[in-house]
Amino acid sequence: MIRMKNVAKAFGDNQVLQSMSLEIPKGTSMVIIGGSGTGKSVALKCILGLIKPDSGMIYVNGKDAAKGDRDKFLARFGMLFQGAALFDSLPVWQNVSFRLLRGPLKRPAEFAREIAIEKLRRVGLKSDVADRFPSELSGGMQKRVGLARAIAAEPEIIFFDEPTTGLDPIMSGVINDLIREIVTEMGATAMTITHDMSSVRAIADNVAMLHGGVIQWTGPVSQMDASGDPYVEQFISGSAEGPIEAVR
Amino acid sequence: MNPLAVLGGLGRAVLSMLANFGKVGIFALDAISHIFRPPYYPREFAVALMNVGWLSLPVVGLTAIFTGGALALQIYAGGARFNAEAVVPQIVAIGMVRELGPVLVGLMIAARVTSSIAAEIATMKVTEQIDALVTLSTHPMKYLTAPRVLAALTTVPLLVGIGDIIGIAGGYVVATQNLGFNAATYLQNTVNFLETKDIVSSLVKGAAFGLIAAIMGCYYGMNSGRGAQGVGRATKSSVESAAIMILAANFILTGVFFSV
Repeated sequence: MIRMKNVAKAFGDNQVLQSMSLEIPKGTSMVIIGGSGTGKSVALKCILGLIKPDSGMIYVNGKDAAKGDRDKFLARFGMLFQGAALFDSLPVWQNVSFRLLRGPLKRPAEFAREIAIEKLRRVGLKSDVADRFPSELSGGMQKRVGLARAIAAEPEIIFFDEPTTGLDPIMSGVINDLIREIVTEMGATAMTITHDMSSVRAIADNVAMLHGGVIQWTGPVSQMDASGDPYVEQFISGSAEGPIEAVR
Repeated sequence: MNPLAVLGGLGRAVLSMLANFGKVGIFALDAISHIFRPPYYPREFAVALMNVGWLSLPVVGLTAIFTGGALALQIYAGGARFNAEAVVPQIVAIGMVRELGPVLVGLMIAARVTSSIAAEIATMKVTEQIDALVTLSTHPMKYLTAPRVLAALTTVPLLVGIGDIIGIAGGYVVATQNLGFNAATYLQNTVNFLETKDIVSSLVKGAAFGLIAAIMGCYYGMNSGRGAQGVGRATKSSVESAAIMILAANFILTGVFFSV
């Protein structure tokens, strides 16, 4: 379970997170929606410790995320970055099995390669992709490799940062379905940030609307369309009229 | 113009410069400390050795050979004004080993290696690859900085040594082929004139310049701004800072080794 309590973060004069509180039950898929620049990525990076919050608490399985062994803490997470964030200097299979080639989870190279190929297959890529470099792949293939890397070490918690940004609708659908399948299959806790409503419907068990640095509404995806929350309604409809200013 | 405003601006600039010195100093200490603390990344170190050392050889060799040749011509022409043409071997040797070898290799490394390190790490930063490293339980200072700093620290003195030899060889070729020097006498004069201290100072300068070049590349890369402009600015600043710091360190080290 992930629990954020009154988390605040500012960059200079820009107060991105005011007092964000959110709970993500274990084994569920939470999708955070909200406009660009509302602090969705900041919230996610605060949980991972990539950004230090100014105040507030973050707990993962009841333990303070800021304390304890950092490597052990991070070993429980997998993350798919917005631009996939693959390492250009490494071939695809070494990107996927990065964690298995070094550090406490280190395994023999042949074994790590087998795992990489198995995970690549899981995300619909053939084994011949394994020896290519990231720059030789399309955007959709890079996202799949990023997904394979995120699940390679079988993490308990997986974060997806804008998983379908920059992809065509068909590839977006493929990635959404993969995320849903993988999260269900692994029983992982998932947190996705997106403004793609088709992703929300495909991936989410629960949805949270972030605006003005606070969670405006949260609830099951099945209740999202009838939430009655003006922020959620405006976001779903894509209307310029409503409490969210169109020009920010 | 209000003199107080001018003074205030000057003060802010000085404080900002001192703060930057402090940040670079803390970064350098942190980077060096990670060299000695596990985990180690031998593959990244081997790649850095190749990039910093082996692939810099052509540019270092060409710079040194032309500089040594030009130095021989200059000393011969200058020495002729007071009948001192015969000192060409000695001055080429001392000039290359004490000053030109280390400084030119240092500046070439700043241009070639510092810029490449800064651009690579800055690009990794703006494309979230450094965040990805962290989420994969890999410390960026250990994985990116320590191997590069160690590689520069160990290979740049070697490059300086090679540059010194090639520079002296450039002077030798010009002196024996164009200026009528006897080959055996030229070599004898070169060997007899150089002292151990000259060679030690050259290698120590190489190590210091290698350290500066790698640290500045890593520092500006890790602290790059966003987007293409951020990468460009990080690369430019890293080379400028490395070049200035190399020249300043050269002055200090020359004072330490040779002040009378």
